[in-house]
Amino acid sequence: MLSFVLRRLGQSSVLVLIMSILVFVGMYVVSDPVAVLASDDFTEEDRIALASELGVDRPLIVQYFSFLSNVVRGDFGTSFVYNEPVLPLIVERLPATLEVAFLAIAIGLCIGVPLGIYSGLNRKKKTTKTISLLTTVGYSIPNFWQALLLILVFAVWLKVLPASGRGDTTTLFGIELSFFNLDGLRHMLLPAINLAIYKICMQTRLARSGTQEVMFQDYMTFARAKGIPRPRLIRRHLMRNILIPIVTITGLELGGLIAFSTVTETVFNWPGIGKLLLDSIHNADRPVVVAYLILIVMMFVVINFVVDVLYALLDPRIRYT
Amino acid sequence: METAVEQTMTSRPDKPEPTKWKRAKKVFKGHPMAIAGLIGVTLFILTAIFAPLIAPQNPYDLAKLDILDGLLPPGSRLYDGTYSVMGTDALGRDILSGVMYGLRISLFVAFTAVLVGSSIGVLLGLLAALRGGWVETIIMRAVDLKISFPGILLALMLLAIFGTGVDKVIYALIIGAWASKARLVRAVALSEMKKEYIDAARLAGLSDFRIMTRFLLPNSISPVLVVLPMSISGAIGAEATLSFLGVGVPITEPSLGLLIANGNDYLLSGKWWISIFPGLVLVAMVLCINVVSDRLRDHSNPYLRAKD
Repeated sequence: MLSFVLRRLGQSSVLVLIMSILVFVGMYVVSDPVAVLASDDFTEEDRIALASELGVDRPLIVQYFSFLSNVVRGDFGTSFVYNEPVLPLIVERLPATLEVAFLAIAIGLCIGVPLGIYSGLNRKKKTTKTISLLTTVGYSIPNFWQALLLILVFAVWLKVLPASGRGDTTTLFGIELSFFNLDGLRHMLLPAINLAIYKICMQTRLARSGTQEVMFQDYMTFARAKGIPRPRLIRRHLMRNILIPIVTITGLELGGLIAFSTVTETVFNWPGIGKLLLDSIHNADRPVVVAYLILIVMMFVVINFVVDVLYALLDPRIRYT
Repeated sequence: METAVEQTMTSRPDKPEPTKWKRAKKVFKGHPMAIAGLIGVTLFILTAIFAPLIAPQNPYDLAKLDILDGLLPPGSRLYDGTYSVMGTDALGRDILSGVMYGLRISLFVAFTAVLVGSSIGVLLGLLAALRGGWVETIIMRAVDLKISFPGILLALMLLAIFGTGVDKVIYALIIGAWASKARLVRAVALSEMKKEYIDAARLAGLSDFRIMTRFLLPNSISPVLVVLPMSISGAIGAEATLSFLGVGVPITEPSLGLLIANGNDYLLSGKWWISIFPGLVLVAMVLCINVVSDRLRDHSNPYLRAKD
């Protein structure tokens, strides 16, 4: 196990390094920062001065290493737009994004898993066919258009939920949260539902195929033969066995959820890191984009790593050597 | 449905092999949803191709637009006496015509990107299986790198670097499409490589290129063909998302996603038709492709096919 952990850590750091090179080359070399920052009336001398001030007149490899050593020390540079260090800028928006993501996962699990188990147990029923059709429809609706529909129905027509913004927050341990606040929760509901619809479809399909597989196992036949009542059979024997893939895939999809939050946060004007990324792309605020991407890559590496290790702990049949 | 073995046993020796058309018909027989999807896809493609002939208005021709026709709800009578089925946008453009022209751009971008991206992926996958060694290691590590990163973020990152435009969106989607195909093809090709016909081809002294294109490719391509429709619908959705976010196609070539973004500003004031109709068409198209794709996938799964 230890050698597995060490090898995976090694691989992960190589991955982060490669991505940092790609992001660096992409953001600082392919598009010239001097051309972006210089105004039209700049003379050639002004350009050279600006280039040396930004440090882009140095050899590429020197630039990369100074960039890397700054990143390692947590210095991602200063935002062109906000004129603040980039790292705190991102970190202070992180709770808003994570809050919605977790609510979406919770909604997805609470609705998707029961629907999936029901479909798996009653394969021939009409309701099952309807659920299956609905999941296909749910998969086919692009995230951003779902968001518009939700706004149109709940904010414009029914006027029951707010369409944008974060509303009131409660400060807990110095972090602003919407969870413990009625107004905050009301603002959070539509973005969370928006992110959850795809999750519901996915969890339903996962739980359905899991249930179909498990129900034909010998241990289920044996449990039924022992006379275990159906509710207990489902709770203790079925649920436990289908939960492993559901938990792992939900974990792995956390990254995808945060990626898609760029879309959701933009539509609902939710002040999280996704909206920050998109605003920064529009404003050519390069340091923020670079920092966001590098942080996201690191997050992915950590999530994949944790899921792999958890998998080995949850399922004793998997042994890493 | 008969299995392949039963078929050869019951058929008389002089009976001809079922043609490709007959086999294709069999895939959809008894699945009304899939047939409806297929008809839908055909209609959408035809509409896209013939949009200039059947659209009530040319939305690019600014001389034809009348500002007095702006923001009319569906079914309104326009200034020139014609009716607008889906309403008009702020510039007086007919939404239906905009959708028909938008369909062209959406489909063009998605098809080009997926076909080019998948070809690259298939080529790399075959190369990895055929050569092995460091070639395989590099290709497959690159695949892992690509797949560990969500597509939409990768596309956003590329468009942030290279700027926006139809060609840039296609590049971004190509980069999104190749990796999964490379992985798929390599897995199949590896098992094909163990078969005798490859050894025979090697012994006959054929070049690697010839073995790859004439022997390995035809025998490993089918799983990729099965996932191709799903890739295309995914690319349509991705393009729409990017254009909606303002980093996709330019305003001069509005795809469905951009049309939806146009209406976004008017949604809160209750003018829903500008965003909703292009969106409905988008969803209907993606849904049709997905239904067909589900059927193809189920049919290609021998376990499910036996239960048909």
